[in-house]
Amino acid sequence: MKEQPVRIAQLSCGPEHSGVQKEIYDAAAMVNAEMFFPDVTLADIRRSYDEFGLEARSGDLKLAIARAMALVEGSVEADAVFIATCFRCSEAAIVRNELRRYIHENSDLPVVSYSFTERTTSGTLLTRMEALTTIARRRALLAREKQVGTTLGVDSGSSTTKAVVMQDNEIIGTGWTPTIEVIKSAETAMESAFSEAGLKIGDMEAIGTTGYGRFLVGKNIGADLIQEELTVNSKGAVYLADRQHGEATVIDIGGMDNKAISVQDGIPGTFTMGGICAGASGRFLEMTAKRIGVDITELGAIAMKGNSKEVPMNSYCIVFGTQSLVNALAEGHSKEDVAAAACRSVAEQVFEQQLQEVDIKEPVIMVGGTSLIEGLVKEMGMLLQTDIVVPHHSQYIGSVGSALLSSGFIRGE
Amino acid sequence: MAKVFIYPATSLVLSDLVERWGHEPLGAALAIRERIQTASLDSPPLQMTPEEPKKGLKWAAVEVPAGVRGRMALYGPMIEEADAAIIINDADLAFGCMGCSRTNELVMYLLRKRTDIPLLDIKYPSSEEEGIAFVASIKEFLAALGGGEDA
Repeated sequence: MKEQPVRIAQLSCGPEHSGVQKEIYDAAAMVNAEMFFPDVTLADIRRSYDEFGLEARSGDLKLAIARAMALVEGSVEADAVFIATCFRCSEAAIVRNELRRYIHENSDLPVVSYSFTERTTSGTLLTRMEALTTIARRRALLAREKQVGTTLGVDSGSSTTKAVVMQDNEIIGTGWTPTIEVIKSAETAMESAFSEAGLKIGDMEAIGTTGYGRFLVGKNIGADLIQEELTVNSKGAVYLADRQHGEATVIDIGGMDNKAISVQDGIPGTFTMGGICAGASGRFLEMTAKRIGVDITELGAIAMKGNSKEVPMNSYCIVFGTQSLVNALAEGHSKEDVAAAACRSVAEQVFEQQLQEVDIKEPVIMVGGTSLIEGLVKEMGMLLQTDIVVPHHSQYIGSVGSALLSSGFIRGE
Repeated sequence: MAKVFIYPATSLVLSDLVERWGHEPLGAALAIRERIQTASLDSPPLQMTPEEPKKGLKWAAVEVPAGVRGRMALYGPMIEEADAAIIINDADLAFGCMGCSRTNELVMYLLRKRTDIPLLDIKYPSSEEEGIAFVASIKEFLAALGGGEDA
């Protein structure tokens, strides 16, 4: 029997007139979810507007406020909430942010907020929708705190592919390779992990995949669990950092996009994913390493010796960021200062563009390959004024999360 | 018969009045209902595509949000086509309302800039007395455009 679709309440301003409503519907349909618009009356709008106290002028933002209040008060039921407004609208940004916070603080509903343009596609929205439905549909699976049996987790990321073999709550094999051909790269990473563990794929009792190539790799190796990286990485992060209970914030600065996730008991409450430009991602740090002639694995240590404030750098756009980089080197700044400035710039971009969309709750856990760049962790910690936690095996976070969660399938949970 | 742009574009009352005087109302071709079950207060009757915000570039620059440009792709041609316009400021939601305040500002500005057409620019009434004067001024405006009631 087909599973019931997850009902996602849409609070929005502008998607129809931007021509992207169909993309929202399509993304939801891909993960067996359905969008609906909480039914409110004009009287509800007048009342909510007064009670909420935010003086939005746009009718659709007033409507969104009324709908949010209906969800929190329980007059309308939903499994999850999607808040979407036009990119570059400041009025909408204020309302979007406050509604996201209001729902998060006053209900258990998972929320994701997004600002769209007319170029937003269902593909862009898919991972977010998938995460919303996973949280709504698989709370029991996400509650898992221990890995059991022997399982494999594969994270097919945009830059690198990682594999981890776990047995009885221990990591016994890891593999890592740059992503070139999705399946071949997964095979290479798995071979390394199996070799280290002294096992083969037939020994695996369950398999999980995540990352951009999760569907292709998952289908190819017969995965029990194919799941987006937002929920998997959150789970992996709190598991490895031993912070499975209470609040936490997970930051994953990836090769192509970034994730910032506000977590409660290991389950994402609100999250953002994206980045305006590669200037806010690990890609800019790769370019920096190449330009100053060091391997990316050395960049962090070099940055730790530099002073980020010596070099002005703004990587809002990767092209302008690279210009700043070239200019700084031409002016005679040391590679240590330039490396530190690049780390600071990426941290600032993530802080300005994404961390404003989630509530930062300590501990802040940084994961993913970029968490090994000490200079970046230091700059992020200075911006957030907190000591960032980087758990062991943080670069394997997606694989560990997949191996952990897939172990729930051994006994058919 | 004159083509009369109405603001709010979703006002059924205004649309009816304009028609009763034998003119053609230019607006959203939909009315605000007491229960809102659509994405927007003024959800377009037909599905719009990402092409609409691009057409809207004629009236608003690329840094303007896509929703504003998409709305302008609907209302921009009507503003250009209009022989007259009525703007009701600060109307009650039930009288008619539009989803995006930024679009409203631009629509009203473009109408006021059209000095070549007659424009009735009035405030929504807050008392019965003002209400009577309000309806009378609209009737007078429409009559001056030619035609007559139930023409």
